[in-house]
Amino acid sequence: MSILDVVTLILLLAGSFFMLVASIGMIRLPDFYTRMHAGGKADTLGQGLIFLGLVVYEGFSFISLKMLIIFVFIFIANPTATHAVAKAAYKGGLKIWSRDNNDSG
Amino acid sequence: MKFILTFIALLIFWFMLSGHFSVIIVTSAVIYALIAAYFTYNYFLEDISFAGIKRIFKFIAYLPWLFWEIIVANLQVAYIVLSPKMPISPELVETETDLKTDYGKTALGNSITLTPGTVTIEIENSKILVHAITKEHAQDIKNKDIEKKILRIEA
Amino acid sequence: MFSFIAVIILIGVFFVLFRAIKGPTIFDRVLSVNLIGTKAVVVIALIGFMHNRPEFMDIALTYALINFIGTIAFLKYIEKNRLD
Repeated sequence: MSILDVVTLILLLAGSFFMLVASIGMIRLPDFYTRMHAGGKADTLGQGLIFLGLVVYEGFSFISLKMLIIFVFIFIANPTATHAVAKAAYKGGLKIWSRDNNDSG
Repeated sequence: MKFILTFIALLIFWFMLSGHFSVIIVTSAVIYALIAAYFTYNYFLEDISFAGIKRIFKFIAYLPWLFWEIIVANLQVAYIVLSPKMPISPELVETETDLKTDYGKTALGNSITLTPGTVTIEIENSKILVHAITKEHAQDIKNKDIEKKILRIEA
Repeated sequence: MFSFIAVIILIGVFFVLFRAIKGPTIFDRVLSVNLIGTKAVVVIALIGFMHNRPEFMDIALTYALINFIGTIAFLKYIEKNRLD
């Protein structure tokens, strides 16, 4: 196992960990707006780390160039999509959850 | 000028994705890039000036800080999600922004979403609505640290 | 190595699918579907590496684009009840 393999493995494991955290957050968190935090952040970074790991594994080629394009696109698109869902929910009149009145969650 | 720059950018993007250089592919690349540039050149570039190029370098200098904040944000989300008690106290915060351009507002909104504990809900003209996951993060948004950094890029 | 990572992500997909089925509001469901889409992009890329098929990266790129556009189009429909 070379040093590049170790770096790849670490990046892939960290990425899948964050994606798993995003999934568990989707189940555990109490309302839509808090779930959005898990979906918008952890998933973006998890995916970014996995693609970086694959770029390190692949080396310099057209494939890694494509993966870098996907990486940049997701870092712009995923927060935008989260923001769009949040805006629609806010306009739809969804109330935020708090400890005092947790009947909406 | 805008049209030509958009055309060149689209052509470079095509060759990045395809990686082939036979006659038929180059021909169709030129044709499709012309069509796409005709429809999009007004949106792709807002203005072309020396300041615009300087802005790109300033934005690249801003990225390492953003990546660090993203990593902190994710560790925090992981802590909140995995801890049994879930220490959250959500709050909505409304602030004003002094940013003028659409690109600046987009960068601000996405940066707020990716940095710890906050998600942008709405940006309308100069009003920003932010959902913070704890009270401390709501206070951070009121201090406007991110906005100051992006204002420096825009200036 | 790649198949192990893909399995972890697929376990995550099952959690999110639970939220997509149960989710009390439509927005929970849209967010869940968006997350499943982003996970699918990663799994497609991993499968491409598993079988040494670099063409899969084009499919992953296209899937990422369609996922984003689909989410935005669906939200526009919810907000305005029409798409034109």
